[in-house]
Amino acid sequence: MHKLATEFVARGADLELVGIRKEYPGFTAIENLDLHIPAGEFFALLGPSGCGKTTTLRLVAGLDEPTSGKILIGGKDITATKPHERPVNTVFQSYALFPHMSVLENVAFGLKQRKIAEPMPKAQAALDLVELGHLALRKPQQLSGGQQQRVALARALVNRPSLLLLDEPLGALDLKLRRQMQIELKAIQMEVGLTFLHVTHDQEEAMDMADTVAVMNKGRIEQMGAPEKLYDRPKTVFVSKFLGQSNLFVGEVVESGIESVSINVSGNKISVPKARAENQNGTIAIGVRPEKAMFHEQEPQRSSEVNLIGPGEIIDIRFTGVSNQYLIEIPAIGNVTVFAQNIGKSPVVELGAKVWVSWKVEHSFGLADLPANTHTESISVV
Amino acid sequence: MAFAAFGQNAGPSTVAPTKSGRVAWILLLPGLMYLGLFFLTPLFSLIITSLQVPDASGEIGRYQYGFAIENYWLVIESYWPHIIRSFAYALAATVLALLISYPLAYFIGVKARRRPLLQGLMLTLVIAPFFISFLLRTIAWKQIFSNESWIVNSLQSSGLLASDQYLVGTPFMVIFGLTYAFIPFMTLPIYSTLERLDIRYLEAGADLYAGPATTFRKITLPLSMPGIISGTLLTFIPIAGDYVNASRDFLGSTETAMIGNVVETNYLQINDYPAASALSVLLMLAILLLVTFYVKRSGTDDLL
Repeated sequence: MHKLATEFVARGADLELVGIRKEYPGFTAIENLDLHIPAGEFFALLGPSGCGKTTTLRLVAGLDEPTSGKILIGGKDITATKPHERPVNTVFQSYALFPHMSVLENVAFGLKQRKIAEPMPKAQAALDLVELGHLALRKPQQLSGGQQQRVALARALVNRPSLLLLDEPLGALDLKLRRQMQIELKAIQMEVGLTFLHVTHDQEEAMDMADTVAVMNKGRIEQMGAPEKLYDRPKTVFVSKFLGQSNLFVGEVVESGIESVSINVSGNKISVPKARAENQNGTIAIGVRPEKAMFHEQEPQRSSEVNLIGPGEIIDIRFTGVSNQYLIEIPAIGNVTVFAQNIGKSPVVELGAKVWVSWKVEHSFGLADLPANTHTESISVV
Repeated sequence: MAFAAFGQNAGPSTVAPTKSGRVAWILLLPGLMYLGLFFLTPLFSLIITSLQVPDASGEIGRYQYGFAIENYWLVIESYWPHIIRSFAYALAATVLALLISYPLAYFIGVKARRRPLLQGLMLTLVIAPFFISFLLRTIAWKQIFSNESWIVNSLQSSGLLASDQYLVGTPFMVIFGLTYAFIPFMTLPIYSTLERLDIRYLEAGADLYAGPATTFRKITLPLSMPGIISGTLLTFIPIAGDYVNASRDFLGSTETAMIGNVVETNYLQINDYPAASALSVLLMLAILLLVTFYVKRSGTDDLL
């Protein structure tokens, strides 16, 4: 057995992926992935299905082999080792609890394999941690989905792995249980101090739980950083659309001052602070989050600190509880989405009303790439 | 009971019956009538015959009703070596069939999962022997291993067999024939459990520090237990009563006679019907006992 796996690791280790590439017959799941996750961090890999996030996880667990590249845990190259030799445990999407063993035996399985002393009391303690101690003697299939999820978590955690891999473990749970498990999972991670690598397609879950989020698309990491930073300043069209919603405007750069860069979108000037623009020449895309924009029934005073477009027509209003979502069609620009919070004083406007849309220049962000086409709402046509 | 092991999902159903049982009874009727006619009637006839006593006339093959329980002691006394031999052969052939069938079933059900064409082809090959009559196949084996065959000749010239030793008529040959004949009955039930084996359990095992051998022993094997139990029962029970392979006309000799052969001789040649019946009843009881014990021990109730 691999030496790392025989040690009863009490602390997380850092994970490093160097130049990982994974090809399957006919397609490339991951192309040239470099990633460093510091010890003790809660790291989320976020992306749509088929983006390569689960493949990445399987490579780290050793269930698949990379076509090229290296995987290091705690500085040691483990690329060539078998899954059972790696100091890594996985909470599988399907939980994969052994149906022929009791819950307790499931949790004790890893400890017994490594010949850790007193596996049963340790397994019982792990079950107590996830508040399922009283169900230790049941069979997994007698448990609810949420309980099974917690058993899977206990079965992985009890081994005190250097690195815990979570493959959309909350995917099968209903919203309420999901929320509760997110909070518990985060609390457990803080308590045991392990490194967590969490794979999910749920952007809220990733932003809520992770210290660092990496947004993956088509086998590459598009952008990586703290959730607030990613949300505040997405750098690509994909990130701006996948992490929350965005209104994007595409135009030629017509003005490049000391502070800001401005583009011309069908005669409207839209500016972005220079420090928030990836590109400053040629045709660029500038975006704003729907909740940062607002609309006005009278044309407001123009100012260099505010981007103002319009007038347009409200073509759709949706009530979602905490906010109203307005879809505004602006001639020659396209559709713009505006969220207005339901705090009782948001302007009550009816369908078809004529409005102007504005937002502060400092809330704009300039993207590195351009939208592929003008498919949906809130992408303007040049 | 014992035969619940044949069902893949042994264990109580959680769905309660909803309507009155009348429809169920009507649907069950043909099956019950079949059982009554072709199982219970011959069974009673068999038990009654086994207790008969020779007719007062003394004519061979004529018996009258009686309660000669000593028939049982007599056949045990005369034929206990055959009884033991039957179960020994059945055990050996079952174990061999399991050893051959499990890897085969594993390959078809797990490894060939992503190649349906190969899977279908291999399954067809497993069933293919059924296209030819069981007797013809056994005779073919007799030819292949006959005293003049090149197999026996080369074994003799290589010194593995003495020059006056042959294969046909030996226990080896009988066990070989039994194993061969029952491999499909072992392979198919095991295949059907392995085919549904969730690979993710094996990945979870590897993830939890179990090497391939341990993963097999602790996860794959227990999860395929229903198939193993069905397969071994479907193999062991018919083999214990087989009278073709061990017969002198096929692969055996008088030294390899099993209970089936003794029953055949007593019934068709000596016309000792009570002895033949008593042996049949004994065989049935012994199998029932062994199987019940086996199924209890392997704890199929616990599986899935």
